Amino acid sequence: MSNGLGRRKFLLYGSAALGTSLLLKACNSSPTPPSSTTATPGASPVAAGGDAIKVGILHSLSGTMAISETTVVEAEKLAIKEINAAGGVLGRQIEAVVEDGASDWPTFAEKATKLIDQDKVATVFGCWTSASRKAVLPVFEAKKHMLWYPLQYEGQECSQNIFYTGAAPNQQIEPAVDWLLKNKGKEFFLVGSDYVFPRTANTIIKEQLKAKGGKTVGEDYLPLGNTEVTPIITKIKQALPKGGVIFNTLNGDSNVAFFKQIQAAGLTPDKYPTLSVSIAEEEVRQIGKEYLKGHYASWNYFMTVDTPANTKFVEAFKAEYGADRVTNDPMESAYVMVYLWKKAVEAAGSFDDLEKIRTAAIGQQIEAPEGLVTMNANHHISKTVRIGQVRDDGLFDIVWSTPGPIPPIPWNQFVPDTKGYACDWTDPAKGGRYKVNKT
Amino acid sequence: MSPLLEALFNSISIGSVLLMSALGLAIVFGLMGVINLAHGELMMLGAYSTFVVQNVFKALPEPLFDLYILFALPVAFLVAALAGLILERGVIRFLYGRPLETLLATWGVSLILQQLVRSVNWALVAAIILFCLLFFGALQVLKRRLDWERIRNWAIAINLSLSLAIATLAGLLLKNNPNLGKPWFSARNVDVTAPAWLREGFPLGNFQVPYIRLFIIILTILCLIATYWFLNYSSWGLRIRSVTQNRTMSSCLGIPTATVDALTFALGSGLAGISGCAISLLGSVGPNTGQNYIVDTFMVVVVGGVGNLLGTILAAMAIGITNYLIGSGTLGLITSSVPALKPLTDFFTFFATTSMAKVMTFALIIAFLQVKPAGIFPQKGRTAEL
Repeated sequence: MSNGLGRRKFLLYGSAALGTSLLLKACNSSPTPPSSTTATPGASPVAAGGDAIKVGILHSLSGTMAISETTVVEAEKLAIKEINAAGGVLGRQIEAVVEDGASDWPTFAEKATKLIDQDKVATVFGCWTSASRKAVLPVFEAKKHMLWYPLQYEGQECSQNIFYTGAAPNQQIEPAVDWLLKNKGKEFFLVGSDYVFPRTANTIIKEQLKAKGGKTVGEDYLPLGNTEVTPIITKIKQALPKGGVIFNTLNGDSNVAFFKQIQAAGLTPDKYPTLSVSIAEEEVRQIGKEYLKGHYASWNYFMTVDTPANTKFVEAFKAEYGADRVTNDPMESAYVMVYLWKKAVEAAGSFDDLEKIRTAAIGQQIEAPEGLVTMNANHHISKTVRIGQVRDDGLFDIVWSTPGPIPPIPWNQFVPDTKGYACDWTDPAKGGRYKVNKT
Repeated sequence: MSPLLEALFNSISIGSVLLMSALGLAIVFGLMGVINLAHGELMMLGAYSTFVVQNVFKALPEPLFDLYILFALPVAFLVAALAGLILERGVIRFLYGRPLETLLATWGVSLILQQLVRSVNWALVAAIILFCLLFFGALQVLKRRLDWERIRNWAIAINLSLSLAIATLAGLLLKNNPNLGKPWFSARNVDVTAPAWLREGFPLGNFQVPYIRLFIIILTILCLIATYWFLNYSSWGLRIRSVTQNRTMSSCLGIPTATVDALTFALGSGLAGISGCAISLLGSVGPNTGQNYIVDTFMVVVVGGVGNLLGTILAAMAIGITNYLIGSGTLGLITSSVPALKPLTDFFTFFATTSMAKVMTFALIIAFLQVKPAGIFPQKGRTAEL
């Protein structure tokens, strides 16, 4: 090949490659608006008149988060379908514009911009991981738009442009730690995946244990996707030779490896009760109920919650998507947030004026499947906290729940940096993060 | 005594998992010089075949169901070996002696396999079978023509595009049928539950020996013995070794080198399938399962030296022991009994998390490779192919 690439060949191939890539880019980006505007099945025939209100749905439909986020999209679409069947919002039908974040955080930001600028949606329902939410936060704040975020998260955030319908740590982690201290033991071993949520959550737990008389005997992190749990099991046995509590913030595949291997190593739920905050009904199915039986999870909602709203929700979901499907906390949160948006829009009397909707949203209440929820001034909702134990059929027995909903505290009061701070968007003097004066 | 026994058992069990997954790659990389990045996906195929066998056995009563793992092992071997055979005949055969191209090509194949598992359904299978029938059938018919050599190029081109078009059309039509269009596995992880007799463990003093780990260790030993016997005491093993040492001379002596290559690759892939069956007992089975193991597997093969089974065994055990001793804090515990070694104890305690233990292990491997770049047992003499 000593002749190599001559100038003529180089020009020919180079321009061919450039032309092809430009063509592909054009083909990829331009048909996106019509091809991805998947109107909800119930909405499109009725919305054909062009009078429909557009809302954006932004979740990962592909990539590693897809298996979790597609269930949330289904719950949101169910809520939209029900609202449309009942007459819509302000007499108009809702049309969902669904975009795929592809488990890639920059893509989330890009699609959020597209939904707001090109599709001119009234609001966006989206995100799952904190990374995706943090990626779209600047977009929503710059364009003064509105995001509804349904997932439990680590707190330490309170944006004027986001409404959080998932649990803050004081509505999931902290009550769980209290319950464990009272019922299961004072010595905790913390296991988590190696990224921001478990590390932040464990910081909170360690501070809380110090304040309440518990003891952190050990802490270990598994890289995401890692399946070799043996060193951690050895450490647990060394630190808790006679048994103790394991607080599990693992996410994803590692959970499967963890539960399979601790059962094989003889760490049974009676001596080593394990409480998880990322295991819901879907994960029980995937890991295998034989490995999870007797362990605990802390959420605001379980499929077995006994309220009339839940019976209706589960029936409607199964009718729409299949009798073998299960519902879990993120799905219920997503379902509720669409209804909260509807109530806010109706109270404000407009779906365009986001300032009015923001003000009108605060104080809205809904009898959700999990119980009564109220939107607080800090853009989070009060939620009931429940602890469930995995039973034989893979669903949860609710072993404890708070008597009523607990108000949310986004800025954590155990972490020294944020202790004493709060968030209040009804008072312009206070805003997202202000120091509470001890009066 | 008991903690020592426990540490020993744990190290050996981690090492045996590594060895099990690296055995297939050692054969393929060592004997053929093929860098197969699809090795993790072949393990994943073995794990999925275990899932399928488990489902088939679920219909049977309890005592028979517990035996499913024994049937899953040969099925996983065969499925992965078949996949490896197709891979070798279809892709790798054209790329011998070109390691960079093999690397890229097998990486592409790994992506294809991952997506295949996510979206395979009856419609896709039917379309693939239809395509094979049309393409190869037409090829056979055309080959008999007298002017075959002349029309060869464009005949293949037209044949390929026509068969592809017809098969795609058929696949798209069939996909609309809900029974045929439903994915077999979907993108979610699937649940493989160990049979009841493998689930617990037997207590040894303070420590419980998990049956799964024991099963994997025994499986690894059996596979090692079987591979050693096959390579050194059977006639096909003799042919494999001679092709590895001198391909042209073996060909002169009448050994069918193409068949030998295919057989070696199929053997390596089959072993990957068996290891996939083993890891399905330990962790999750999903499209991304292979990605969790591929890096460690390559580390073992590189450290052990290309072409040597003993080197692979030593490397796997060494990496397993190092990983365990650092990650579980045992080293820190040992040195903490000697107060004078306090800085060393602090150093070990810092590294005593799983993430940091991996960092430490890799650092040690890099340091080792500076001293011995070709691994523990380097290949002697001139390399035959590369």
